[in-house]
Amino acid sequence: MAEETPWQQSLRYANRANPYPFYEELRKTPVARQPDGSYVVSTYREIVALLHDNRVSSDPTLLPAPTPAEGEPITETIISLEPNIITQDPPEHDRDRRMMTPHFVGPPHAPHMISDLEPEIRRLTADLLDNMQGKTRIDVVDDFAFPLPVTIICEVLGVPLEDIPRFHGWIEAALDALDFGPEAASEEIQSRRAGGRRAVEEFEQYTGELLDRYARQPGPGMLSALVHEDGQEGRMSKNVLVSNALLLIFAGHETTVNLIAHSVLSLLRHPDALEKLRRRPELIVPGVEELLRLESSVQLWHTRSAREEIEIAGTTIPKGAQIFLAYGSANRDPERFANPDELDLERPDNQHVGFSQGIHYCFGAPLARLEVQVAVGEFVRRVENPRLVEDPPPYRHNQIFRGPRHVLVDIDGIRD
Amino acid sequence: MTVSATVAELVREFRANGRIVIVGASLAGLRAAEALRAEGFTGSLTIIGDEPYEPYDRPPLSKQVLKGWVPADHTKLPRLREVNAQWRLGVAATGLDRAAKQVRLADGEQVPYDRLLIATGTRARQWPNPTEAALDGVYTLRSRDDAMRLQQALAARPSRVLIIGAGFIGSEMASVCRELDIPVTVAERGSAPLVGALGGVIGEIAAEMQRDHGVDLHCGLGVSSLEGDSGGHVRRAHLSDGTTIDADVVVASLGSIRNVEWLEGAGLASGFWGVGCDGGGRAFDINGVVTDSIYVAGDVARAPHVLYEYQFLAMEHWDNAVLGAQVVAHNMVNLEPHYRPHLLLPSFWSGQFGVNIKSVGVPPFGDEIVFTQGSVKERHFAAAYGRRGRIVAAVTFDHGKWLEYYGKLIEHSAPFPPPPPGWDQPPEMKPIPAEFPAPGVPTAIPDVVLTGHDPSERRAEFRPRR
Repeated sequence: MAEETPWQQSLRYANRANPYPFYEELRKTPVARQPDGSYVVSTYREIVALLHDNRVSSDPTLLPAPTPAEGEPITETIISLEPNIITQDPPEHDRDRRMMTPHFVGPPHAPHMISDLEPEIRRLTADLLDNMQGKTRIDVVDDFAFPLPVTIICEVLGVPLEDIPRFHGWIEAALDALDFGPEAASEEIQSRRAGGRRAVEEFEQYTGELLDRYARQPGPGMLSALVHEDGQEGRMSKNVLVSNALLLIFAGHETTVNLIAHSVLSLLRHPDALEKLRRRPELIVPGVEELLRLESSVQLWHTRSAREEIEIAGTTIPKGAQIFLAYGSANRDPERFANPDELDLERPDNQHVGFSQGIHYCFGAPLARLEVQVAVGEFVRRVENPRLVEDPPPYRHNQIFRGPRHVLVDIDGIRD
Repeated sequence: MTVSATVAELVREFRANGRIVIVGASLAGLRAAEALRAEGFTGSLTIIGDEPYEPYDRPPLSKQVLKGWVPADHTKLPRLREVNAQWRLGVAATGLDRAAKQVRLADGEQVPYDRLLIATGTRARQWPNPTEAALDGVYTLRSRDDAMRLQQALAARPSRVLIIGAGFIGSEMASVCRELDIPVTVAERGSAPLVGALGGVIGEIAAEMQRDHGVDLHCGLGVSSLEGDSGGHVRRAHLSDGTTIDADVVVASLGSIRNVEWLEGAGLASGFWGVGCDGGGRAFDINGVVTDSIYVAGDVARAPHVLYEYQFLAMEHWDNAVLGAQVVAHNMVNLEPHYRPHLLLPSFWSGQFGVNIKSVGVPPFGDEIVFTQGSVKERHFAAAYGRRGRIVAAVTFDHGKWLEYYGKLIEHSAPFPPPPPGWDQPPEMKPIPAEFPAPGVPTAIPDVVLTGHDPSERRAEFRPRR
């Protein structure tokens, strides 16, 4: 068997907690052809160039067909093969994103939409921290990082809070079944695949029924608004609407959970930075950018491909080839970020790709920023003497949406 | 002491005890002051501005302020850091004595400097007939006060607004009028709106946009005179084709004039197109010799640009003011080899008729245009400008996220037409003439102008041959 490439090694579950030494190796070849014919781009400059290149597609249906040995298209199990704004190309992408934007962040239509959520985010954060009173050990993921964003996204979209356990289970099953690495063919992953696919189907069915309910009876939130959209560009078809709704529910909290958990983890690993943030709480604003750069919630993206032959960094990506963008590596590229493995809350010119760039720039970024600023800011302010119980903590399986399964922390108490 | 140690000591001494004067208290002046402090300059800093206000942001004036969303006095620029300066606001600089190193103020005071930054920007060109310009209801738009007065006039719901000139500001004002449901007529001497900045092909699209939104647009004709009523209020305009337009608000949007009159006699390379300077912002004197103590930034600066055949480029753009000021501030407190160039690819944005228009590069430098992405019909598209087989500029309508891609192509002088996109290709992707007006054809002067190699005034004294 041929030796594994740095990319393949970085994808192994055993390296999930620390893929960075493999990324460093990977960056020696900025655009690296893999044995399966795909190309991995790992350096900042090249990733940014491709994010802005109009010869690159995001449409997974254009990816080369998997060989029979590889089984089902891996994209099927992530959300859905129906198009949504993260997998569409222009002009469909532009039209659908234009339709969605006014209901979420869109000045001039609703310039205060996100900032008006701040009191609710603060209230939820305070409740979660209050609930830790009297405890000596907490799990930052289950007790803190998960409940806040999932509650907020449900309120923004109009998803009933009592359904959280159901779709949380589906998402976990779907994420655990997705693998691009050398372990994809393992029995364990293969056995999770059917479950992952079933979970996505159930999630789709659930969301379709929710949208049907809103079609009959309008309700609060963005999903109902999209169902009743009557702008000049019309309305999204049912399958696209369901696919986008899934995307919003899923991406609207999963990435934020990982960012909050990673932020606490990173700060506890860097006591100087933690102390600095205690003294100067306003640093949470640039701090969130740096925490996201250091541990990116979306480590890589897999649905891009070259629609034309593309010359980049001395390599020619042939027409039709799949392109993996290794965001997590670009954000640690020493050519772009001085001392990239250090946590510098005041890092100048911190234009990371943690939210991507170009037309697929993170739709939820303004909400994510606010949630993490409030959550991590309040955690630092109120939790007394937090100490990591184990480092590294256990990680979840997924390679794209990389995050700890638990972050156990011993604490002395909760300040008011 | 070695020479280099002496020079280093000189720089240290200047940073600690030097005197810097900035003339111009708008975006470039403020950002330069902040950058000087960030660079470690702790000497005395004086900022002179003819308006009585602290530095404010101008782009909102023709948009959010006119619409009535934001009061004109709520446009103050955010401060990025303490500048600890002496502010001389509400008093204009009226002269420069380079021998004595002093700036003369309108109140007679002389302000001494060791290094001077000229950031006096531009002002609105007034309606040329002073009697007609003085009529009530005749406006221009450049300053905060202008915006406040015009906003009040629009809030009083005039029966019709006449805008003379369909450059960016004129077009944005027409858009605001339509949003406020005020009847508006636009008179443009060129063949279409925005034609000077973006050429006739794009101008035609802009014209359709205006007409679709109910603007009464007249191109290819001028306004000959304005007529007032007995109360001294404007009521009517006479057009060059002999027709008349009844309007009770008239806005002259005739482009800008660079504020260089105060430099008369100072022996600098200043004139109609601004103050000539090198790529690092050091002003040229009238002989084309670079000065050591005078710097230029913002709208009033013109410098050779490496991408455009080293022609002098004047850029009346927001990011030119900000980034130029930062470079100049750095160079003011450094010496060779630590000078930095201000290598900016020009770019700007405009919002009008619900469309976000952005551009990068210098469109009038090109002679061909090709639509590269999207749909002109839907007014969501990107187009590239080319000259001699190289891409020199691009424009986007509601496609701004692609600007960075085109910017990179321009920076690398990539081939024109650029490679086709992998999706969303326009039906026709053949380069066509961009239709910029020939020099001398009257129209709005674009915000970015290549002004050639020549100093604008030839007053140099030539040394006789021996």
